[in-house]
Amino acid sequence: MKEAVEKLVETACRALSGLEEDPKALDQARIRFLGRKGELAQLFKELGKVPEEERREVGRLLNVAKLRLEEAFSEAAQRSRDVEAARRESIDVTVPGRRPPAGRLHPITQTATEVCRIFNWLGFETVEGPEVELDYYNFEALNIPKDHPARDMQDTFYISEEVVLRTHTSPIQVRTMEKRKPPVRVIAPGRTYRRDSDVTHTPMFHQVEGLMVGKGISFGDLKGILTTFVHQMFGPEVGLRFRPSFFPFTEPSAEVDIECVMCRGGGCRVCKGTGWLEILGSGMVDPEVYKYVGYDPEEVSGFAFGMGIERIAMLKFGIDDLRLFFENDLRFLEQF
Amino acid sequence: MLISLKWLSDYVDCTLSPERIADGLTMAGLEVESLSLRYPQLKNVLTARIEAVEPHPNAERLKICVVSGPGGLLRIVCGAPNVGAGAVVPLALAGAELPNGSVREIKVRGELSKGMLCSEKELGLGEDHSGVWILPADTPVGVPLDEALGISDVLMEVGITPNRGDCLSVVGIAREVAALCKTSVKYASIAVDETGPSVDTLTSVTVDDPQGCPRYTARVIQGVKTGPSPEWLKDRLEALGVRSINNIVDVTNYVMLELGQPLHAFDFNRLLQRRIVVRKALPGERFTTLDGVERDLPEGAVLICDGAGPVAIGGIMGGLNSEIEPDTRDVLIESAYFEPLSIRRTSRRLGLKTESSYRFERGTDPDGVLSALDRAAELMLEVGGGAIAAGRIDVYPNPIKAQEIVLRADRANRFLGTRLSTHEMKEALERIEMSVDALDADRLRVIAPSFRGDITREVDLHEELARISGYDGIPVTSPVSGVEAAGFDPHQRARLELKNLLAGAGFFEVINYSFISYESIRRLRYSEGDPRLAPIRLKNPLSDEQAVMRTTLLPGLLQNARYNFDRRSENFRIFELSKVFLRAREGLQAEEPHHLAGVIAGKRIPQALYGDADVDYTDVKGVVEALCGFLRIDDVGFRTQSFPPWLDPCASASIFAKGERIGELGRVHSEVLEAYDLKRPIFAFRLDFDRLFALKGPVPVYKVLPKFPPVPRDIALIADEKMPVEEPFDFICSLNEPLLESVEIFDIFRSDQLGTGKKSIGYRLTYRADDRSLTDEEVNALHVELVRKVTARFGVSLR
Repeated sequence: MKEAVEKLVETACRALSGLEEDPKALDQARIRFLGRKGELAQLFKELGKVPEEERREVGRLLNVAKLRLEEAFSEAAQRSRDVEAARRESIDVTVPGRRPPAGRLHPITQTATEVCRIFNWLGFETVEGPEVELDYYNFEALNIPKDHPARDMQDTFYISEEVVLRTHTSPIQVRTMEKRKPPVRVIAPGRTYRRDSDVTHTPMFHQVEGLMVGKGISFGDLKGILTTFVHQMFGPEVGLRFRPSFFPFTEPSAEVDIECVMCRGGGCRVCKGTGWLEILGSGMVDPEVYKYVGYDPEEVSGFAFGMGIERIAMLKFGIDDLRLFFENDLRFLEQF
Repeated sequence: MLISLKWLSDYVDCTLSPERIADGLTMAGLEVESLSLRYPQLKNVLTARIEAVEPHPNAERLKICVVSGPGGLLRIVCGAPNVGAGAVVPLALAGAELPNGSVREIKVRGELSKGMLCSEKELGLGEDHSGVWILPADTPVGVPLDEALGISDVLMEVGITPNRGDCLSVVGIAREVAALCKTSVKYASIAVDETGPSVDTLTSVTVDDPQGCPRYTARVIQGVKTGPSPEWLKDRLEALGVRSINNIVDVTNYVMLELGQPLHAFDFNRLLQRRIVVRKALPGERFTTLDGVERDLPEGAVLICDGAGPVAIGGIMGGLNSEIEPDTRDVLIESAYFEPLSIRRTSRRLGLKTESSYRFERGTDPDGVLSALDRAAELMLEVGGGAIAAGRIDVYPNPIKAQEIVLRADRANRFLGTRLSTHEMKEALERIEMSVDALDADRLRVIAPSFRGDITREVDLHEELARISGYDGIPVTSPVSGVEAAGFDPHQRARLELKNLLAGAGFFEVINYSFISYESIRRLRYSEGDPRLAPIRLKNPLSDEQAVMRTTLLPGLLQNARYNFDRRSENFRIFELSKVFLRAREGLQAEEPHHLAGVIAGKRIPQALYGDADVDYTDVKGVVEALCGFLRIDDVGFRTQSFPPWLDPCASASIFAKGERIGELGRVHSEVLEAYDLKRPIFAFRLDFDRLFALKGPVPVYKVLPKFPPVPRDIALIADEKMPVEEPFDFICSLNEPLLESVEIFDIFRSDQLGTGKKSIGYRLTYRADDRSLTDEEVNALHVELVRKVTARFGVSLR
């Protein structure tokens, strides 16, 4: 008897497969198995003949079988209705969708925003400054007097004797410290200008400047903050190194190199075979700069850093031509 | 600065490989930009002995030389007449890049040749091409040719930052390498063999400008033979890219490259009165430098004169009138210390940069002038003969004193985040030739060597400590500071939000240069006197195309449109949200307001499948309405007055918000399109972003959601074509009917039945009460009254 129940379920399930396409056959199958005089009903009738000690168990099995078959037929009926509906009316699912309009932010904006956000998380507030800048803020107060060799490092656009297009975002350091008492912790993105135009230079480009000044801030802290930044921006596995350098407004100064993101340090065309990519300049704020803003270098210390956004965007997106950023070719802009 | 490692090895013993030296210097702040072989063409060229010479089976004039090469005997086909068994010759193997091409294994008349035996000329080492270069018989065999010849050398290009003028020489780099290898520099002992008369009997030096020239020293050497330099001297100069001129001039250049002290050699007999006077240039003075150019001397330039007039511009360039000639017999050698700022100023005003000015303006060693002078005299005697006059002239009225700097160890450690002991600090500073004494447990007294003019403050020592002990070793720490939230300010945030909103509406952000051509503003048809036609001009623009600061974003966007049309992108929406630059009413700088402008062109729906309608006025207007809506600026109006001349008066409007003009939008004028060479219509909007931002609405206050159903009623008015659809709309709103919830224009149409010059406008009015369901009777009564007011007010009929 038990075997007969199991066999019935199995036969019914097999009979059901493929019947979605044929509602009539499905109905006949339902009558055959679940009808008032159907095969299952037949088995229920035979329950009386089962020995009394097994009757309870067989009865339970029959009820389970009934539930299973009812469920299977109900599902098949539902599928059958869908098949029928689709036969009556159906669409070509390969027709292109109506896409809502979707533009993009310029890769420079995306990159600068990402850089600022990372520093925002580290407690740096975003500030900005003028692009048509006084010589005083762009050079003098950053310890770059007139007739100083360091001015050779930057070719400057002049508006007048005293006014320039800022050559870096560093004047914001001075403007911020003039306005605020320490501690300060700011990040400053913006456009910058140098009189240089070739394959690797555009006369306008973007930088992000950072400044942190307060009590007891050390060169180790500079390394800590910038290491955190590099790991957030390029991934925690990317190695970096701090290399001594020179900027008139920081001392000690350090260039930060990251392991080449293209070859992972093995040496390639992008890193000129060195395995390293220079991505930012940094250093401890020079005491001369504090003199201009009335901070006491015996009381406070701190660091500043600056990086080129184009450079970071090129590494991030694998862009190999700087000039693409300002051609505004839609075929370029659409990619980001 | 190019450095020869061979030359460097005269001054420092260092067992590190060139790559390790380069790496060490880079990590000490002297970035090595490249390493290259002195003779790159000798890579894969070895010495080899010819073991046997056999005839070539297929060519009479060729031979097959069996030579001892790497891994056994090699057969080389050779056509030279002078090959014979036993000769040691240069063998270029496959892969060698010789001046006339690369060497490969090749079949010559059916015989495989594994390389090539070379002449001097083929190797780029000489002119001899008569046959294979036969090397001395005792030349070691099987070694790289440059090593066998003792000419192997590696050249290192070092980037020197402006503060490290002391590293612009072989000795300067040697000092850094010595610090790296924890050894000391092998300074050469200089022996000057003085056999001439006392120098004071021959000449005199008067310094009238001790500020510009704090120290002037000189020697005289008589009876020299001017002529070509010996090979070793030529070779060292050529290795560093300096052209050999004659032995006297070459010595001055050699000493400059070696010690970093620029020197000048005068033809002593061409100095009038055979004496030197150092003075400031007078106003209007002119002088011909030895490059043959007559120059106006800037006032205050340091001039080196003889008894009559100038013979050199101090520290920059000598004069034609006293240069060393082939017949020069007596020489006065100048070794001086010039004040860096003065040299810098003069060099900049003259527009003349030389190896000499480059070093002086970065600061030379005031104490190093004597050894450089002696070194030059010693070498001149060696290469030109003659007799060195006894003694030297040294005019140094106010000796520059070495400064004492007190270094506080504890402060240094706190500043750097290090834990160096005073002993370690002393040791590190002594490695770079500082003299260091302990004052007490914490303080060190430091005196920097005279060549380190950049070390004057305690912080300069902090940098040296970090540099010498290595940046890598400084622990990475987190700053101790309070928890402080920080981010973008509201203005910055609004800019980002609007950019994202526009991107969501299908716009691509562009970034254009802040400088544009003046002509590109003129093309916008502004009339004379318009402030946009008075842009801030660059004094030194790169080109006319980038000559003025933009007063409007439109030229950039229109050029972007042109650029993309040319590349077959015809359907687009682009915008820029950035600064324009206007002349400031006060102060020297500019007003730098943010503007937001965008242009759209082509089809409304980029997918041709779903429609081919072109964009029009309503598309740009919709964008502006969405932007204002996002900022919760509700009172926005569009008027046909006072929009700028770059817009087409038929389809353009000014934008007003809260009564203030904040921008404009519409179809770009056909004359502007023509001027920009745009072949298709463009619609544009421009907003004063800063004003828009100032008008931003407050945080909204929640209104309870309605509980009772709305009751809609429509009106269709037949009106004159000229009547703005917004007028009845505004009028209905102005009635302030409390039960009228909203009004919407849902239909505008024209037809023959309506007649020309007429249009039908459908308004849907929605009534609702917040305390009950409105009855039909109630609404009908209200609506009829409202319709009556509208028709009476505008004299229009109902449809």
